[in-house]
Amino acid sequence: MHIDTAKLRKFKDVFGNYLFILPAIGMFLTFSLYPFAKVFQLSVFRWDGISPVMNFVGLANFKEILYDSVWWRAVWQAFYITLLALVFQNALALLLALFVDRGIRGGNVYRVIFYLPPVLSGIVVGLIWNWIYDGNYGLLNYLLEMLGLAHLQRAWLADPKTALTAIAVIHMWKGFGWGFVILLAGLQNIPRDLYEAADVDGAGSWEKFRHVTIPLMIPVFVMVSILTILGTMQIFDIIVSTTGGGPGYHTEVPVTRILANMVGSSRFGYACSQGIIFGLLLLFASLFQIRISRYLKQEQ
Amino acid sequence: MAKSLFFYKLDNIRRQVSMHGILIVVSITCIFPLVWMFSSALKTQQTVFSDMSLIPSSPQWQNFILAWTKANFGTYFFNSLLYTFTVVTGIVLISSLAAFAYARLQFPGRNILFYLFLATMMIPIPGAFIALYVLLMKLGLINTRIGYILTQINGGLALGIYLLKTFFEKMPKDLEEAARIDGCSKLGIYYHIALPLARPAIAVVVIFNALAVWSEYLLAMLILSDKSIMPLQRGLMVFQGAHLTQYPLLMAGITITVVPIVLIYFLMQKYIISGITAGAVKG
Repeated sequence: MHIDTAKLRKFKDVFGNYLFILPAIGMFLTFSLYPFAKVFQLSVFRWDGISPVMNFVGLANFKEILYDSVWWRAVWQAFYITLLALVFQNALALLLALFVDRGIRGGNVYRVIFYLPPVLSGIVVGLIWNWIYDGNYGLLNYLLEMLGLAHLQRAWLADPKTALTAIAVIHMWKGFGWGFVILLAGLQNIPRDLYEAADVDGAGSWEKFRHVTIPLMIPVFVMVSILTILGTMQIFDIIVSTTGGGPGYHTEVPVTRILANMVGSSRFGYACSQGIIFGLLLLFASLFQIRISRYLKQEQ
Repeated sequence: MAKSLFFYKLDNIRRQVSMHGILIVVSITCIFPLVWMFSSALKTQQTVFSDMSLIPSSPQWQNFILAWTKANFGTYFFNSLLYTFTVVTGIVLISSLAAFAYARLQFPGRNILFYLFLATMMIPIPGAFIALYVLLMKLGLINTRIGYILTQINGGLALGIYLLKTFFEKMPKDLEEAARIDGCSKLGIYYHIALPLARPAIAVVVIFNALAVWSEYLLAMLILSDKSIMPLQRGLMVFQGAHLTQYPLLMAGITITVVPIVLIYFLMQKYIISGITAGAVKG
């Protein structure tokens, strides 16, 4: 009798503990796990999103992706923006972070200003830059004219030659402040006495950078690169609020394609299979990055 | 010796000046588009493309009233406030309860259930919004506030649980014991001890999710089709689609969208910046 009440109390106790995580688990099952499984299920069907009948097509959707030139073009274009961001956005962020790390006066003021574009939404940033790039009244063309470079004027976002790079510039403008803040924090984490020890050894500033800063910053570089890749490959808001994927397909990216197939062509199954392929690409990209960083660590 | 010191100092000054020069130029490019947005919001349809001055000669303040009333930005603004408040409250409530259990309570399957959450944070599923849309259709939650709120609460849970769990784990054990001896229930310990102690971590969760909800667009586009329940980001795109040429009003709408964010950012920048750096450098 005595044991039974103890057991009952124990059961009640554990049950009560479950109540704490119940709301979170409920949300997770409904809005994360179910959609996750559903994407895989839908990817082997042909379905318009409304009709009660779904046609099983096996792996036909995935096969179709292989020959979908617009899709691969979209992947390549997102990759192009990502490459530019990896190189230029992060180089600028690192340069500015090095400046501020040298104990420059007003460092915090710069930090606050540089992080302003990252807190704005992609929609807002795109709508403002639309106007900077405008062919008739744009600020950029106005500046070019003042500088006597009127022959370079164009409608930057409507010209197939410049549209994609113009979008990459917007994206990098919005993103470099984020890289700056993280890289600066990484630099400030480096113990100062390491630099002092290098000074004693007679190291110049380049040697200090090469042999103290870079090795210690590798984990931060890797993390910034992974997040840059994941964030940039999934670029969407800036495109929607500027070109919408045009002119032609010149600024299409994976997310705009998935949406176009889903909402535009009512091909839910195909859109899901694109989502899976794209998810795998992102996963490989980040695993690859982690491998590289492990390799670099062993080298030292 | 004195001479070389002099040159060293001169060199140093030169370097300082050129570094500040670059930093200032970059700062201007960060701020200028926003200043220009505000200045364009104060111009008329005729002057906005011809008057290139930063301070318009006759500022059209009524543009803001027009945007707020005629262009629906008042409604969108109210909706954004409502979504931000409800989503953030939901995230803090649900994730703090779960994080408390994961950090402080014993139950079978604790670790597995925690790693499940962590996995959703790590694995990118760019197509999940399609299935989410299908699910909301089935539940009858398409084009409803509830549908939009619930999906976003779920979006913030993983990070919230992760941040708060690490915080609750650091909570001193004896405080909890003392409360238990005083007859405090688990819920009481959570509410009276854990939550107040976790205030800094909760502040980070609140700020980051508030920024994210205020900026959200993709789900708003998929889920909401009635103007009366759209948030600002969606409203901006609707306005731009319908009145491509009404530039000053569009700029006024963008200003209305941006001002609360910029204000909160300047007030909270210490928390925001230390939040991302802490998460990044440790994580």
